[in-house]
Amino acid sequence: MLADIEEFYRLDRLPHIWCPGCGNGIVLACLVKAIKELKYDQDKTVVVSGIGCSSRASAYLDFNTLHTTHGRALAFATGIKLAKPELNIFVITGDGDSSAIGGNHLIHAARRNIDLNVVIFNNNIYGMTGGQYSPLTPKVQKATTAPYGTIERPFDLAKLVEAAGATYVARSTAYHTRLTTELIINGAKNKGFSVTEVISQCPVSYGRRNRFNTPAAMLEWQREMAVPVIKARSMAPEELEGKIITGELYRGHAPEYVSEYTKLTQRLKEEAEGV
Amino acid sequence: MSGPTKPRLMQGNEACAEGALAAGVRFFAGYPITPSTEIAEILAERLPLLGGKFIQMEDEIASMAAVIGASLAGVKAITATSGPGFSLKQENIGFAAMAEVPCVVVNVQRTGPSTGVPTAAGQGDVLQARWGTHGDHPVIALCPSCVRETFELTVTAVNLSEKYRVPVILLMDEVIAHMREKVELPSPGEIKVIDRKKPRTPPEKFVPYQPDADGVPPMANFGEGYRYHVTGLIHDKMGFPTNKGPEIAGLVTRLTGKIEQNAADIIRWEGLYLEDAEVVVVAYGCVARSAREAVKKLRREGLNVGLFRPVTLWPFPAAEIAKRASRARGLVVAELNLGQLKLEVERASQGKTGVHFVGRIDGELLTPREIIAQVKGVL
Amino acid sequence: MPKDPANIGKPEVAIKDSWCKGCGICVALCPKKVLVMNAQGKAVVACPEKCVGCKMCAEHCPDYAITVEVE
Ligand SMILES: Cc1ncc(C[n+]2csc(CCOP(=O)(O)OP(=O)(O)O)c2C)c(N)n1
Ligand code: SF4
Ligand code: SF4
Ligand code: SF4
Repeated sequence: MLADIEEFYRLDRLPHIWCPGCGNGIVLACLVKAIKELKYDQDKTVVVSGIGCSSRASAYLDFNTLHTTHGRALAFATGIKLAKPELNIFVITGDGDSSAIGGNHLIHAARRNIDLNVVIFNNNIYGMTGGQYSPLTPKVQKATTAPYGTIERPFDLAKLVEAAGATYVARSTAYHTRLTTELIINGAKNKGFSVTEVISQCPVSYGRRNRFNTPAAMLEWQREMAVPVIKARSMAPEELEGKIITGELYRGHAPEYVSEYTKLTQRLKEEAEGV
Repeated sequence: MSGPTKPRLMQGNEACAEGALAAGVRFFAGYPITPSTEIAEILAERLPLLGGKFIQMEDEIASMAAVIGASLAGVKAITATSGPGFSLKQENIGFAAMAEVPCVVVNVQRTGPSTGVPTAAGQGDVLQARWGTHGDHPVIALCPSCVRETFELTVTAVNLSEKYRVPVILLMDEVIAHMREKVELPSPGEIKVIDRKKPRTPPEKFVPYQPDADGVPPMANFGEGYRYHVTGLIHDKMGFPTNKGPEIAGLVTRLTGKIEQNAADIIRWEGLYLEDAEVVVVAYGCVARSAREAVKKLRREGLNVGLFRPVTLWPFPAAEIAKRASRARGLVVAELNLGQLKLEVERASQGKTGVHFVGRIDGELLTPREIIAQVKGVL
Repeated sequence: MPKDPANIGKPEVAIKDSWCKGCGICVALCPKKVLVMNAQGKAVVACPEKCVGCKMCAEHCPDYAITVEVE
């Protein structure tokens, strides 16, 4: 597998730090395959990540890589993109990183529709800190900080970013590798804020506590729960309860932030020259 | 353009914005907060005209992050805030110190903790400027006391951040920020602009965190062919995380050491009547203005009093203070807080003389008269 | 190693032992039961001849330990 995409990895950094059966390696390979398909110049590609197990991914990749502070990857990425618009930027972030501590940056990046491609590694838990519940932990599931099962309602992240202004919103799972790659490619082609949420597995901090005996069982669960969006449209809400709706969920058209900025500077220049 | 520009009536915040532009800053990210907002407003107008970028972020945390991102992409970047925003920026200031990303943070100080008094001057962030972010880390903080100096020190702040790859804090106060003075700005040709050192090796030989003799590694910008890793984790010379004791200690020591090692180049201070001073007033920022008046008045009365004005609060000109301490009958630290820089002056004077204090924390300015009274008490 | 003539044109699956963390995903997901866990807790190729080259194993190996070559 790696042979096809190894030119994009820092091979001397492997094997990676993730636990046996962790979904991060699988999802990361999908992202790398997407970048390969997109034929982006490695020198002109930046991978920005936050803090968490998933965010460790950036160090393994042979691009300009930036491992930031918890929740802030999108704000760093915004600075890079605005400063140097010709760079292609991918943002890797966990569910806690993107939706809890980084939730404000997520909605504002979406509102600006800035041309960033975000891949959210959603393992439904705070993996790195040992299994505390996140804003995406499904109700009643257990976490170290929810020993009796969480009583909080999770976000629907796709709906959240769509409402906030993202122009490409998709969802896949670690099981559906080819779909994941395809969705990330389509997201990158969208000139605007693109979010692909990938349901992944954390067998160590989430699976064990929630009756998943093996990592494979978690992947099987992803396969069983996934409902392609086309099919989901003809299903009743009760039938969709607990399901993972996959595919391209939303595509919108809106002005992209950096392009708008460029237009503004162009206009000012013309005015100054008296055109 | 050549020759000095025509004298202009200008506010401190305006001088700061002009200084940033003169130093080559082409990126600003910020969040509005009194009494710093004019800096953002001016740059919002000016930057797009110069091909630069301005963005109002969703908060100060994001502003600091965006500034670091822009700098990594090779564009000189600045942000401006006041106390509450300065607190929010701290984690990412630490990131800039750790990853050695040049950037400038302007903090126009207000009075008091928390929301405090937004429209009143204070100097309560002196120690936060040094130790605001966690862990041992390097930082430079500069403190102007007039409008023209605000311009110059903003240029200096940008230059030092580029030269030493550290976050530099421009510690202003509400008085300097909003005061208007007639200033003649130097022409662009007269302004020394320093850019970060670029790698001298080809990408395949590039060791991103290998320092030169000055303790500072050359810096590659994103997108220029040097693909490397930047992290806030303790890292090895290649930029990758490490848990090895010697590498951890080695990095932290180098980061702080590069400022100590180059202190002579960084440290700035100003003295008035120091040669024969029996009492030395130590003051900075807006208080230095009252102190100067006080000292001049006391001299007219025939009293041997001098003024020491640290321009870099961090690194602190400790050796210079030690020199005065061994000669003077006493030092009087005047500041708009409960004695923050006084602690540092005490440390620097090593018990060789008495360190006295006069301060205010009611949002009002220290007057020359208050300083004079304290000095006379010492004499 | 030269290929057994009987295997020419057949997909070839290989596992890099040093990278395998023994998660068992490949074994569980292989539709043809080509792979098994050995006593050391690592995945090994037990029945190479049954491999159909679907790459389910390789694509889901979180540790990039598996290569499947399909001619
Ligand atoms: C400001 C701050 N708060 C808390 C932490 C501790 N912390 C590190 S990772 C993490 C959670 C990560 O969870 P998630 O984003 O879901 O990523 P995962 O580890 O599951 O991939 C937390 C709370 C931190 N590093 N920084
Ligand atoms: S704790 Fe969970 S998310 Fe983190 S590496 Fe282990 S399995 Fe993966
Ligand atoms: S390629 Fe398919 S059939 Fe062959 S070992 Fe892998 S999963 Fe099994
Ligand atoms: S999926 Fe990879 S790591 Fe897991 S058992 Fe198979 S070869 Fe080993």
